[in-house]
Amino acid sequence: MDEKEREEKIKAAQDAAAKRAAVPKPSPEAAPTLDVEAIPVVRRLREAFPDAIREVTVPGKIPDELTLLISAEKALSVCRFLKEEPEFSFNYLADLTGVHYPGREECLEVVYHLFSIKTRQRLRLKVRVREEEAVESVSSVWRTANWHEREAYDLVGIRFRNHPDLRRILLPEEWEGHPLRREYPVEGRGEGLRYVAHVLRDPEKAFREFEERQASQKSPEVSQEGGE
Amino acid sequence: MLETKELILNMGPQHPSTHGVLRLVLKLEGETIVGTDVVIGYLHRGSEKIAENIPYFEFVPYTDRLDYTAALSSNLGYVMAVEKLSNIRPPERAEYIRVILTEFQRIAAHLVWLGTHAMDLGAMTVFLYCFRERETILDFFEMITGARLTINFFRIGGVPADLPPQFFARAWEFLETFPDRIKEYEALLTRNKIWLKRTKGVAVISAEDAIDLGLTGPSLRGSGVSFDIRRAEPYSVYDRLQFDIPIGEKGDVFDRYMVRVEEMRQSIRIIRQGLEQIPEGDLISRVPRKLKPPAGAEVYVRIEAPKGELGFYIVSDGGEKPYRLKIRGPSFVNLQSLPLMVQGGLVADVVAAIGSIDVVLGEVDR
Repeated sequence: MDEKEREEKIKAAQDAAAKRAAVPKPSPEAAPTLDVEAIPVVRRLREAFPDAIREVTVPGKIPDELTLLISAEKALSVCRFLKEEPEFSFNYLADLTGVHYPGREECLEVVYHLFSIKTRQRLRLKVRVREEEAVESVSSVWRTANWHEREAYDLVGIRFRNHPDLRRILLPEEWEGHPLRREYPVEGRGEGLRYVAHVLRDPEKAFREFEERQASQKSPEVSQEGGE
Repeated sequence: MLETKELILNMGPQHPSTHGVLRLVLKLEGETIVGTDVVIGYLHRGSEKIAENIPYFEFVPYTDRLDYTAALSSNLGYVMAVEKLSNIRPPERAEYIRVILTEFQRIAAHLVWLGTHAMDLGAMTVFLYCFRERETILDFFEMITGARLTINFFRIGGVPADLPPQFFARAWEFLETFPDRIKEYEALLTRNKIWLKRTKGVAVISAEDAIDLGLTGPSLRGSGVSFDIRRAEPYSVYDRLQFDIPIGEKGDVFDRYMVRVEEMRQSIRIIRQGLEQIPEGDLISRVPRKLKPPAGAEVYVRIEAPKGELGFYIVSDGGEKPYRLKIRGPSFVNLQSLPLMVQGGLVADVVAAIGSIDVVLGEVDR
């Protein structure tokens, strides 16, 4: 009696396991190994800019996450090429953002997500620079990059050369440091309180400064320290 | 001859037509706009920084507070990104529940938009009508999830609860009556002379400019570009559902209005098919208690939220928390096209333009 019951239970558990196993799961290992060099974008870019691509990766082996690491000097011309070449026509910059990797020598990384509304392809580009270096702005290629780059400057502290209007966008202009740096504490450094104190100490002066900034409408000096 | 001089007009951040805390600095010559500076950040809460400091599971409620008129859409985008990152596949029933609920959410978000947009332009009645139907949808959400606004319902790997039996009858009833309600809104607006004067030919943006400025969602489709992520890169079960993508012609406020009204009808079609096709089965897949996606994995996942392309870019370093999480909010990017739209227009048209790109400041400032 007991044995029979146990057998039944085991059988039920086995059935359930078999059922679970039968559900097809997309495993990264099962995906056929991709010959990245054969992908048209990679092939054409290698022809047009022999030394621009530093690395081709598919992070986490997740399909459609093809990533090209581009050398910083060539980034602008590569972007323009990808937009204007009819085979790709990446006419839409979906996203642009910065990532901070404090352990690396080239500690700042700009990530571009490109998409083509015509050919429905997507592509991720990356550019890495050192702390003191600036990245060429791509806002002359896609105007949408303007605000994205301002945000990357504001939050990560990446400086963009030839940007039409490189001001902070989400934080006030007086803010010190860049919150999305890894070493920046999540609870902040009391900037908000300092700013309130600054206003309370001399409200008229604070207002005058504010108005002057509004009137001048020009981007601040990009010489300020990033992160520290 | 009368002389005019340039005038700087500050609009917001407490202006009722700016839908939150948007501030505009307008440069005027007479009543004509010659320059616009958009000042944002008043609602910045550092969502991306918070995400780097909490486990993947705990970030779902924060996504509710991005676009708070469409919490479920933000939930969906985030959980799909984490699922792709850690190779989890939700059960089919959960996928259908997600699609049905997010389409209801799209209707609710469009109703908020239509009501407030019409009220900005002086049509008070439409607001009351829209919120009447939105109330029914929020009642559905309350019935299913227990919450109405910040819903926090989707989980990594599926959904936590099934649709209750009494939901189906009421949902079908709503789907029967809602097309007639849309006719009511249209009867108030679509051929209304004042509405046409305020919207036709106002805040025009060409298809080329719209793509270049990264405009997405109904605002892009109003300019005649047929780009919808549900069709361009079908996610979840959208590849099994039939729907049309409405597009406009001129890219003015009126076209964007027509696109959104038509989108509500298409959402009804999608929900109908979803309710017919929904299979029996599990609600949530097995997900490890400590979710650690593989180190070095990166994903950019995007969905068609009511406002446009909502993307989540996540970088994993193999830990329990994201190394970097970037939220590509459609409102943030769409707002960038406002200066171009209002250039050369009148001050009153700014209100129409802000309404027609449908920004939610929670998502702009993050």
